[in-house]
Order: sequence, then C-alpha cells, then structure tokens
Amino acid sequence: MSELVKKVQEHYGEYVISTKEFRGEHTVVIKNQALKAVMQYCRDHLNLEMLLDICSVDHEDVDPRFEMVYELSTLDDSKHLRIKVPISEDEEVATISDIWATADWHEREVYDMMGIKFTDHPNLKRILMWEGYPYHPLRKEFPLAGKPTDMPDVAFTGVAPMEGGPFVTSSSACDTVSAEPRAKGES
Amino acid sequence: MISKSSSPVISPNVGPQIPTGDSGDVDLTDYVYDSKVEGNIIFTRVDAAINWMRKNSLWPMPMGLACCAIELMATASSRFDISRFGAEVMRFSPRQADVMIVSGTVTYKMALAVKRVWDQMPEPKWCIAMGACASSGGMYRSYATLQGIDRLIPVDVYISGCPPRPEALIDGLMKLQDKIGSEKSLMGLKADPEEKAVKGLEISR
Repeated sequence: MSELVKKVQEHYGEYVISTKEFRGEHTVVIKNQALKAVMQYCRDHLNLEMLLDICSVDHEDVDPRFEMVYELSTLDDSKHLRIKVPISEDEEVATISDIWATADWHEREVYDMMGIKFTDHPNLKRILMWEGYPYHPLRKEFPLAGKPTDMPDVAFTGVAPMEGGPFVTSSSACDTVSAEPRAKGES
Repeated sequence: MISKSSSPVISPNVGPQIPTGDSGDVDLTDYVYDSKVEGNIIFTRVDAAINWMRKNSLWPMPMGLACCAIELMATASSRFDISRFGAEVMRFSPRQADVMIVSGTVTYKMALAVKRVWDQMPEPKWCIAMGACASSGGMYRSYATLQGIDRLIPVDVYISGCPPRPEALIDGLMKLQDKIGSEKSLMGLKADPEEKAVKGLEISR
C-alpha cells in the first residue's frame, strides 16, 4: 500500500470506504461528508499540491448513482492519488474551489454536464451549455442525438439524425474489416 | 466597360484606320493601335462585366470554428496563395465581406452568432460550407452540434473533407466563381417577378 493511502487511512479511517491499487495507481473511496477535510489534508500534509482533474461518473442504475473523481498529484509529478466519492442523486457535494481555485471551472462543468450541485460554490452556473438549457447532457438517460430546445435569441438545439448509429469501432477485432465502425442500430 | 476618363461615343474619324498600299493590299504591319480608344473600351454585356468583377474579387469572411480554419489559413499562405483567385482579402468585419467560408464545427452555442454575422454581410453574398462538419455536422452526431450550416443560412458550395486540403478549398472557390459567372445579376432583377417581390425592387421595362 502506498504511503499516501496509509496516511489518509490513519487520519480519516472511519470515512474511508475502500482503497484500491491498479497498475501502480492508488485510489481511495471516501464518504461525502469528509471530502473537504481529506482534500485539505492531502494538500497541506501529503504534498499533493496540484489538482489535476475533477470528473464525474454516472452509474445509472447503481445506488448511489453518481461518483465524483478527483485526481491529485505532487508538483514534481512523482506521486499521484485518486479520490472517489459516491454521490446519490439528491446529494450535494462540498466545493473545493476554496482549496484549489482551478476546481471552480471543473465543478461548473460537472454541474453543467451531470447536474451534480456543489454547496458554497462561488459561481455555480453552466460553463459549456448556455444558461437556460434544460438538460444535463452527459447523464446516461440523455439520448446521444440530443433533444429539441429553443431559447429565442440565445440558442436552440435539434435532434441529430443517427441513421442507424452510433457507429462504433471494435478495437478488439482481429482484422481491420470487422474493426471498422459499424452501426449499433440504437437510434 | 467604359472607363470614366474616355468618351463612350466612338467617332468614326478617331477609330483605327487601315491604310491601303499602292497595290491595294492591306498591310497589317501598319495597323495602328489607337491608345485613345482601344485601351479604354471593352464590349460586353453588363451582366458579364458585373459577374466578372464580383467573382474575381471575392472578399472572404473567415468563419473559422475548428481545424478546417487551419487549412483555410494555409490556403491564404504563399504555398497555395488564394490571392491568385482574387480572394486574399480576408475581412474580419462582415460588412466588408462577400463570401462567408464556414470552416469548422458549428455548435448550437455558436449557431446564432454565425447567423448574425451572415445577416450583417451586405448583398450580394455567398456561402461556402468547408468540410464535413459545416456541411452536415460531420462526425458530430450529437446534442451539441448543428447538423450542417445549411439549416440556418443558404450554402452555395459544399466542400467535402475532414479537413479538406487547401486545393479542395481553392477548387470550391473556383466552383463558386463559375456559379457567380452564370448568375443573372442585373437581368435577374428585371426578369424574375419572384425576385422582385422578394427584394421589393421595381424596375420598369
């Protein structure tokens, strides 16, 4: 077990749900209420000074439905730590934009695409889609082709013709002919 | 076409004289070039002249939205040199542009901005949809991408490719030049009752 994971477990053992190591990458899954404290601890005491990325996962029919993923690293890139937080649909996540300023836009993107809200975020509004767009398009139940919307003088959306798509490449196919993009016939 | 400096009327006395020799044969070496007249007069139809001027000085509005814009810039550079076709004057103001080259993915967020820029361009104006995305949405069959700029503005020339090579853009430009050359720029206003109704123009015959 890595030194970092051990230290997190020592200090916040009761909030750690599980830990995992896969090909040298270390992941700690923690409870939502301890997120901010753990992040602060990682930055101040474990030298994980850089927040590389924030993303979110929609597991659709799993409970809790969503999962936040935080990627931390030291400035010299020598150590990495991934922190995951399971989030149910009606739960909010504490913002960490006061610990890392870069989290501001990352959290806005998560809110925009997935609809997860962040408590005490200084400016929680959409970042990619426009204000007033009614959906969160990276949720699993949202169709790839999109849904029709219209905000006069701002923007509109339509439904893309899928023509039998989406077209998917099979990377594990043994020859190039069968690996070519084929229609999934899901439209 | 007649330039401003010369008189539109050709006097028979001023025109080129063909001198005859003693034998009565025409000696073409004595054929006099009359610079006063010949340098300034071209006989043509107004339509042809207007179209000729329009198609050889197309000022593009570079609507560069994605990677196609890189090829658009390459087309303007010395290797491909779009100025050979009189279209090197890229104007970043729509009010000074003739042809909008929509080069790149048009997202729904950008779509009305493109439309607005198009509306600000003065007539006559043309549109080139450069590349797969601008023509049809390309590989972006998704909630975020307009499925072809022709859903918002009329397109004259579609160029395939992802992105198209600069040669393809130049070929598209030449196709557009051919199209402009065959337009009824003045005659159309006179003859087409529908056109008259659309533009509110009244031209007496």
